[in-house]
Amino acid sequence: MKNFTYSRPDAVGAATEAAAADGATIIAGGTTMVDLMKIGVLEPDALVDISGLSDLEGFEVGSDRMRFGALAKMSTVADDQAVIDAFPALSESLWKAASPQLRNVATLGGNILQRTRCPYFRDTAFAQCNKRAPGSGCAALDGGHTNLHAIFGGSSSCVAMYPGDFAQALVAFDAEVSTRGPGGTRTIPFAELHVAPGDDPSVETVLEPGEIVTGITLPVIPAMANSTYLKARDRESYAFASASAAVGLEMDGDTVRDVRIGLGGVAATPHRARAAEESLRGQALTEETAREAGRIAFEDAEPLDGSAYKIALGADVVAGALLQAKSRMGGE
Amino acid sequence: MSKTPPDLRRPGVSRRGFLQGSSVVAGSLGIAASAQAQAQGETEPDSAARTIRLNVNGTSRQLTVEPRTTLVEALRDTLGLTGTKIGCNQGQCGACTILMDGIRVNSCLTLAVMAEGVEIVTVEGLADPTGDLHPMQTAFSENDAFQCGYCTPGQILSAIACIDEGHAGDAAEIREYMSGNLCRCGAYPNIVAAIEQVRDSQQG
Repeated sequence: MKNFTYSRPDAVGAATEAAAADGATIIAGGTTMVDLMKIGVLEPDALVDISGLSDLEGFEVGSDRMRFGALAKMSTVADDQAVIDAFPALSESLWKAASPQLRNVATLGGNILQRTRCPYFRDTAFAQCNKRAPGSGCAALDGGHTNLHAIFGGSSSCVAMYPGDFAQALVAFDAEVSTRGPGGTRTIPFAELHVAPGDDPSVETVLEPGEIVTGITLPVIPAMANSTYLKARDRESYAFASASAAVGLEMDGDTVRDVRIGLGGVAATPHRARAAEESLRGQALTEETAREAGRIAFEDAEPLDGSAYKIALGADVVAGALLQAKSRMGGE
Repeated sequence: MSKTPPDLRRPGVSRRGFLQGSSVVAGSLGIAASAQAQAQGETEPDSAARTIRLNVNGTSRQLTVEPRTTLVEALRDTLGLTGTKIGCNQGQCGACTILMDGIRVNSCLTLAVMAEGVEIVTVEGLADPTGDLHPMQTAFSENDAFQCGYCTPGQILSAIACIDEGHAGDAAEIREYMSGNLCRCGAYPNIVAAIEQVRDSQQG
């Protein structure tokens, strides 16, 4: 690991100033940062450790809104009974990710900013990676393996997949992110935080240098209570999603009043399946309509040779998650 | 499925050669960095080695680390506590699992400078001062919950935390919440049995 300077500010303002410097990077739980620094993918000159900013650790589940501090730990939030009761898909998206050891350290703010698992991004022996070394090419598109890659939102420069689970629950349920940077504070709709790879995949979010995610807020909606996170992966635990779905349902009798569908393991950025949601609103939820929604969710997919399997798998996951959410509704 | 053509690799750089090259570079950088630190005298850069205190197994230990020193390196190489193992060194295998303030973490993904002020427990700290083993150590022994033993210190600390967290309800939950600890020998059924034994003895 290349050496770096280390500082541990005790206030958010000081942290944003330090983190805005050229070559500086924020570290919180460090489970992504230390890993990527060890394998030479990231070589910051300065690490700004914000893990001491304890004001950012809290979270609360209210009747109208739920708010999570950026430094709340994945495990703490996943195991919180109020979270489990109010929004099971959120808890499940957290505990079905990573391992217990990682979840004990990894923060929610760091989780949403996790980097791709594209093997060519992670292996510096490959010279070609537009995300790691802009302008160098894309080893995946240039004859590489593409089984772990995006079938939505990729470009001719990059088909790396956003690997997170938690983000799919956030994007489908209208989360917002609060930040503080050198220019002050702002609120960003979660769906606008990440940017598609386009011509420069090294830019992954709209965050400015030194801008720190301080919290995540969600409006409480009825579909949260009947929600689930279904995750298909190569092994039963501790693996990234091959395809996953964060789904929530609000029913009016036998008719779908509101439905939310976020898709993991398939897209370059957190992905909401709006056309599939629309196909269900006002309809009965049966195995047939659930399967149709799954089909619609992947209608516009642009798979590569290695990632084509995600279409059938993802459609099954969407249908399965919808039926699971329905089966969770009390008294029916 | 298409195969990655060999010309994607940097010409002339094999993995073995790459690794050898980087260790030489790292070694010479280390010498240069310490010479630079000495030359600068009192105005040491923040990247220089610094003295920190770690609370390990109930004892406060003073040691000198660079910012990039990981906690497992500090424990093993500086403090001589080699019970904590390095497996993958990437947070995937769990061999380096320790407790920090009672919470299980991968010490390979933790920087030593970030662990100041925390109570650290390693496998060396589990037996009581008279030498009596921790119940989880006894249970691993009684259930043959290991073969080669390399993953065992991490498994035992993770197992203790698994019960403390309330995630040892049944075998399926134990397997889910022990998934961050890999066992190349495949002792999983016996590891689950050891955890169930300790869980039941604590309830009884």
